[in-house]
Amino acid sequence: MQYEAVIGLEVHVQLATASKIFSGAATTFGAEPNRQASAIDLGLPGVLPVPNQAAFEMAVKFGLAIGAEIGRHSAFDRKNYFYPDLPKGYQISQFDHPIVKQGQVTLVLESGEEKCIRVTRAHLEEDAGKSIHDAYAGMTGVDLNRAGTALLEIVSEPDLRSAKEAVAYLKIIHSIIRYLGISDGNMAEGSMRCDCNVSIRPAGSETLGTRTEIKNVNSFRFVERAINSEIARQIEVIEDGGRVIQETRLYDPDRDETRSMRSKEEANDYRYFPDPDLLPVELDDAFIEACRATLPELPNARKVRYVAEYGITEYDASVLVADRDIADYFEAVANHSGQGKLAANWVMGNVLSELNQTDGSIADFPVQPADLTALIGRITDQTLNSKTAKTVFEGLMQREGSVDAIIAARGLVQVTDQGAIEALVDSVLAQNPEQVANYRAAPEEKRGKMLGFFVGQTMKASQGKANPQQVNAVLLAKLQSED
Amino acid sequence: MSDLNALSLVAQMDGLATGAFSATELVQAHLDAVDRHDALNAFITVTADLALDTAAQADAARVRGEASPLAGIPIAHKDLFCTEGVLTTCGSRMLENFVAPYDAEVVRRCQAAGFSMLGKLNLDEFAMGSSNENSAFGPVRNPWDRSRVPGGSSGGSAAAVAARLTPLATATDTGGSIRQPAAFTGTCGLKPTYGRVSRWGMVAYASSLDQGGLIARSAEDLAIGLAVIAGHDAKDSTSSREVVPNYRAALNSPCQGLRIGLPSAFFDARMSDAMRQALETVKQTLTALGAELIEVELPHLTHAIPAYYVIAPAEASSNLSRFDGVRFGHRVADPQDLTDLYTRSRGEGFGSEVKRRILIGTYALSEGYYDAYYKKAQQIRRLIKQDFLQAFTQCDLLLGPTTPGTAFAIGAKQDDPVAMYLEDIYTVATNLAGLPGGSFPAGLLDGLPVGYQLMAPHFAEARILQVAHHVQQVTAWHQLQPEGL
Repeated sequence: MQYEAVIGLEVHVQLATASKIFSGAATTFGAEPNRQASAIDLGLPGVLPVPNQAAFEMAVKFGLAIGAEIGRHSAFDRKNYFYPDLPKGYQISQFDHPIVKQGQVTLVLESGEEKCIRVTRAHLEEDAGKSIHDAYAGMTGVDLNRAGTALLEIVSEPDLRSAKEAVAYLKIIHSIIRYLGISDGNMAEGSMRCDCNVSIRPAGSETLGTRTEIKNVNSFRFVERAINSEIARQIEVIEDGGRVIQETRLYDPDRDETRSMRSKEEANDYRYFPDPDLLPVELDDAFIEACRATLPELPNARKVRYVAEYGITEYDASVLVADRDIADYFEAVANHSGQGKLAANWVMGNVLSELNQTDGSIADFPVQPADLTALIGRITDQTLNSKTAKTVFEGLMQREGSVDAIIAARGLVQVTDQGAIEALVDSVLAQNPEQVANYRAAPEEKRGKMLGFFVGQTMKASQGKANPQQVNAVLLAKLQSED
Repeated sequence: MSDLNALSLVAQMDGLATGAFSATELVQAHLDAVDRHDALNAFITVTADLALDTAAQADAARVRGEASPLAGIPIAHKDLFCTEGVLTTCGSRMLENFVAPYDAEVVRRCQAAGFSMLGKLNLDEFAMGSSNENSAFGPVRNPWDRSRVPGGSSGGSAAAVAARLTPLATATDTGGSIRQPAAFTGTCGLKPTYGRVSRWGMVAYASSLDQGGLIARSAEDLAIGLAVIAGHDAKDSTSSREVVPNYRAALNSPCQGLRIGLPSAFFDARMSDAMRQALETVKQTLTALGAELIEVELPHLTHAIPAYYVIAPAEASSNLSRFDGVRFGHRVADPQDLTDLYTRSRGEGFGSEVKRRILIGTYALSEGYYDAYYKKAQQIRRLIKQDFLQAFTQCDLLLGPTTPGTAFAIGAKQDDPVAMYLEDIYTVATNLAGLPGGSFPAGLLDGLPVGYQLMAPHFAEARILQVAHHVQQVTAWHQLQPEGL
């Protein structure tokens, strides 16, 4: 039987507020354990939470960015459960009245097809601390630095149908929060975490299957793998005549499998109720409009503009806009070189692949927009051909100097002198009489492919510097003239 | 000078101002009284050195002409208010060694005003109780009859003021915990409007109902104290920005023409003849002062106790979750695992009434019961608030009894929680509505004090104090004191 997966994501985003959501403690990552926990974060007796306005601004910006209705009346609730890294024995969250109501984001699939994913809601809450199980023999350490950090939990509708779509959605969310500057979205440091709700059903069915929730997946790659392994597991359960049970599961990346954490029966009854320490928050138009006024151009709008302004494909545009810094980089090169398509090809083909390989950031990338602009300038003025341009790019990566300095140092100026190219061609033809004879004996339709051999030999003889168009023309002329 | 502690707060201020005695003498006289009446068990912690240090500073400042009018006046805090560097137990074994790294806002304001803190006062554990028998540090005894309770939960505050151990004590009131003990000890107790006094550093029992206030020996003394502790605090999101009036200046506004409502539900058949008689005298006094008495209805008042005993435990069950043995407070010696750490630390640390309320509250919030209990109770709460707001369209104040009877014997209601809960029958409604309420002495019944209660619209504390002050100008009930002091 064919199955269809139904997937919804709950994404927790740590907001980049300077202090915590209900206390004045700082939120810097990596501080000594428990050095960034105030009496409020420790949940000492008698302390009270005071909301941080910056968290509200960030949440509203996110809501506006996904075209959502803003919860003008939002309220905080207590989610009660016992855990050592939850100091108060409850988490302050929003249950009935979230700050962001339904909105949507648009995915561009690899096929170029667009798909709209509904976001059910996004709400503010405080993060818990961390339990450290491996540092002390027989004991658990508790670090409350993270406790009280502002989180925005973004809940999608179950509109996703594959692990790839889930990752694409997650990347869009990542892109939006980075554009808005409301989070660094660093999954490795836990600034963005993802719970995946997965169920399957026979293809074509409208009924939802029983879902499982995979908790705390912390990279794009793991989200894809966790969902795929969970889909495979559920199919196997059903094919074996079993039933999927509603439960919470954990993904083990080493074994590439999910395993049961707790079943529905073992689930906590969180006893949500309105937090009496916090008054409901009423947001007025002035506040919302002030947030709207600070919104940057968002990825979707940028994508549409790139297609129109630079004549690049929608898919290429969607790749370029995904990261705000990359998009800024591309735009600088495209505008200064006046070569949108070429800039897009270089950024996607060379810059992004280097970045992906090294996991580096565009800010410290050796080839800055001015360098790539200069390089493209030397391609368009025919100083470089595509091969020598790649060599110059490598030189830039090695920080060997400016584009022109590298061209000079490596002797890469393109040979465009007609006489020099004719001499090169003559010597290649002289060295390969047999191939020349074969070429001339071959029918027209086969000659095109055979010409490539002579082009390659000539380029090689020129050490890659000859202008390929000229080489082509000279070769054709010489091979045909003595037919 | 040994009876300086018998002076009212106002008289003590006057004495300091005129140089009749020093703050050191004044504080020493109170510390001696605290020692003499150790058997009342009103104090959990006495901070004698600290009190004498601040008194000496006050004396020095007064010589320089820099002392505030309250500098060196003794005060004691209910042991629910956090005090930096001084034990804050909440009357619980759970916190018997807890020292907060901060002062409650109420404590901070009292210090800033110059008060000398004598120590921390006994209470029902986490303010849960109406008799002060639920304290891990033993029951407080009523100075009027030591076999009787002083009321609760602010039993230590009330007993200390009644026994002249301090002229002013802070207290808290979630369902009557200031007013009921004030009534039982012949003292004056004021629970301000919810939001009037910061809850920062006041350990939470039921956050939407808890309100800090005061117990003193006269309405005027309360007015002076309230001016110190009232006002907005950015550290408490529920704290009000309403302007704080001059309470003392308002005391002398005339009572002529004030309409005082008598809720028929307060004066129904359940009221004892003796209580009715005591209130009759209060009514006559008010009439003589020019007030007009009218009957009003509070139709939903009968549901106040059940609503309160759902909402307060629900909030308590969550508020007290932080006492888990992980970061502070009592921790079991040899936990086997996490669940064992939680269950035995909490099992050993909490007393039985606290456990009962945590269980009730947990149940009321549970999935499947929330709508029937918590949500319903909140609906009743809204109706009760509307009842009061409606009544205040017809009158300026409400008058009623504070308690059904006088102080009962220690142990008399310990085995009957419902009978104990009904002690709050006249007081809980004002907490549910967030209104201010005060209890003031109305004489003695069979040698035991009885109180009357005044309730006012939100932030109209001044009106309560004004009327009580006028009554106290023409009666001597508030000056009665227990024998053997």
